[in-house]
Formats: sequence, C-alpha cells, structure tokens
Amino acid sequence: MSYVGIIITFVFINNFILAQFLGLCPFIGVSRNTDSAVGMGFAVIFVMSMASLATWAVYRLILVPLHIEYLQTISFILIIAALVQLVEMVIMKISPPLYKALGIYLPLITTNCAVLGIALIAVRSDYNAMESFVAGIAAGIGFLLAIVVMSTIRERLDKEWVPKPFRGVPISFITAGLMALAFMAFDKALLKNLLG
Amino acid sequence: MYSEFSKGIFKENPIFIILLGLCPALAVSTQVVNALGMGAGVIFVLLGSEIFISLLKDFIPERIRIPSFIVIIASFVTVVDLVMQAYAPSLSRNLGVFVQLIVVNCIILGRAEAFASKRKLAESLLDALGMGVGFTLALLLISAIREILGSGTITLLAVGRFDGVILIPGLSSQPARVLALAPGALLVIGFLKALFNWLGMRKASRTVWKLEKMSAAGVPATGAPAGAGGAS
Repeated sequence: MSYVGIIITFVFINNFILAQFLGLCPFIGVSRNTDSAVGMGFAVIFVMSMASLATWAVYRLILVPLHIEYLQTISFILIIAALVQLVEMVIMKISPPLYKALGIYLPLITTNCAVLGIALIAVRSDYNAMESFVAGIAAGIGFLLAIVVMSTIRERLDKEWVPKPFRGVPISFITAGLMALAFMAFDKALLKNLLG
Repeated sequence: MYSEFSKGIFKENPIFIILLGLCPALAVSTQVVNALGMGAGVIFVLLGSEIFISLLKDFIPERIRIPSFIVIIASFVTVVDLVMQAYAPSLSRNLGVFVQLIVVNCIILGRAEAFASKRKLAESLLDALGMGVGFTLALLLISAIREILGSGTITLLAVGRFDGVILIPGLSSQPARVLALAPGALLVIGFLKALFNWLGMRKASRTVWKLEKMSAAGVPATGAPAGAGGAS
C-alpha cells in the first residue's frame, strides 16, 4: 500500500479511537480541556512513531532470525515502557506546565493500547520499516484529531444543561458515538476514489 | 472473605463503575461468543498474574515493581494467545490483536498494583476471580445488547449439531445494524453507564428520604438503615 493510502487508512478509515477503540482511557480522561488534549495528542504521536519503528527493528532483526516470535508481546511492551520513560523525562525538562497538565496520563501511555496496538498491527500487516513509521505517525494523528475535536465539544458541553445521570462520562461516550457515526462516512470507497 | 469476591461484580465493577479495560470491552463486544472468549482470557491472566505477584511480592524490589509486573502479565498473555491459536483458531481470528492487548488492559496492572502486591494469596485470588467475573458479566451484557439488536442473533460456542447461532425472530431480518458497528458500542456503553448512575442516585436518595421520615416521626436517625436500597 502506498504511503498516502496508509495515512488515509489510519487517520480516517481505521481511526484508532472511533473505529478500533484503541486508546479510550486517555481519550475520555484527558479530553476535558483543549490544551492538555493537544499535549497528549503530540506525546502519543511521538511515542507511537518511535514505538512502531523500534518494535519493527526488534521484530525483524532479532525475533525473526532467532525464531522466537512468540516473545513479541513481552519484548514490545518493554520497549514501549522504556520509550515512555524517555518521553516523560524530555517533557519534564522542556515544558513543566505540560508535564503537570498531563499528570498521571503520561506514564499511562505505556498501558495505552493504541501504542502496543500499532506495533502489533504493523507486524501483522507485514509493513517495512518506513511503512511502520508512517503508520505510527498516521495513527497518532488520528488520535490527536479525535481527542482535540472531543475536547472542544466537551468544553461547550460543560456550559449546557445535561440530565444528571448523563453528566460526565456517559455523555462523553454518547458524544464519541455520534462522532464515530460521522466517521463511518470514511470507508474503503474513499480510498478507491482518491487513489484509483 | 466473600466481599473480596463480590465487590468486583457489583460495587467496583471494572467496566461500569471504575471504568477500566474499556478498549477490549468495546472492540470485541460484537458477538456474545467473543465476550465469552475474552472474559475467559482475562480471568486466566488475572488469576495467574495476581497469584504470582502475590507470591513474589517480597522478592521484587520496590523500584522495579511495575516493569516486573508487566513481564509477569505479558508471560500469561502469551500463554493465552498461543493456547487460543492452537485450540480455538476461529475465536483467535475474531479477537485478533485484542488477545495480545490483554497485556495493557488496565484492570490487570491496576489490580496487581493496588491489591496483589499488598495482600495475602487467598485474598488476591478472590479479588482476581471477582474482577474477572465482573468484567466478563459486563462484557456479556454489552455484547448481548449489541448482537441481539444489531444483528438479531446470539452467537454461542458451536457444540455438536448446534452451530452456535440463535436467530431472534423478527429482529434477524431487519436489525438496527448500527449497533453492531463501531458507533453502537460507544452509544450502548454511554447509555448503560447513565442507567447505572441513575440507579445509584435513586438508591442514595431513597436512603435520605427514609432517614428524613424517621427523624420526622421522632425516631433518632442512627446511621443509614441497612436495607434501604430497594432500587437495584
């Protein structure tokens, strides 16, 4: 598949949050205001692109030659944990306010299924190094798009009256459901029309 | 002891109350059989890792406990993944990448960190069972709603001559297809969560109402009456 195809697939058609349900915890947890949503989105893009590249290298250069592919779950999660630690240290140095805003969700990127998800999906789809990297960035952009749109909706929603049992999490899920409904317009036909 | 088990099912249900492990709950809940398979996998991993962590808690240094927990959990997930590929290949295909993603299911690491690393073996075991059963029941509820309304069927395991698919008359010809697709999962869990919130609120307000009535009648209100919750 071409790079453009990969990007369109992961940003729109198979959007990680709205179509594949990967990375819902930070999506619901950090989407309360736009600033931290944007910060979280970029942190996820960075971790995902690095993780998909690093896991590709470990899988193709170490696990496959040694015939120990069954260790992929264990090795991938350790690589991701180390990467997240690195990102955490970098953000703490560069932007302490962002570090504070992301709070508990930064170390939680390790257990963000989206990051392990893109690594496993890239291996399953037999992507090469460059394709894995692009897929990682594209999936991260899809995450950023969904979480930023969600946070702007929620900021407006805060000013509206919502029935009591629906306040907080339930209304967020229903909002996300309606967004997913809109994203259903992006399907395989879009890819065909654009790329022929 | 019993409360260690039952709290995972109702009071601290991982999906509806503490909102952990949502990704697999939404992604695989298209068919009832997927919910059963996923639930069994999660129960096995929870039990295995909580037992191991509870036994090893005195040997694992405090500073590297999270990576050690993750390695233990990942080992059990690998076992589940390989067993499922070997003995239930169609289930393994349905669940896809989500079997391996059990490793990042927040329920498991959360319980390991909050419970198994501090408590005795027997308590951890009951806690793991309760959380696993609570997760499975929640998943079954979501997938039953989505499959019955979204496809008009109930898919169970195929046994002998029974192919595992029950058709719901009237619904299977004209289902509300959207519920079986991605948006349906988000909508169903949103409404279910609102329902549970509402039930919780009704229970709380009934308790308050009873207390007020008692104090109005001149009876001294001594704490919340035990059997006040008739709502659930």
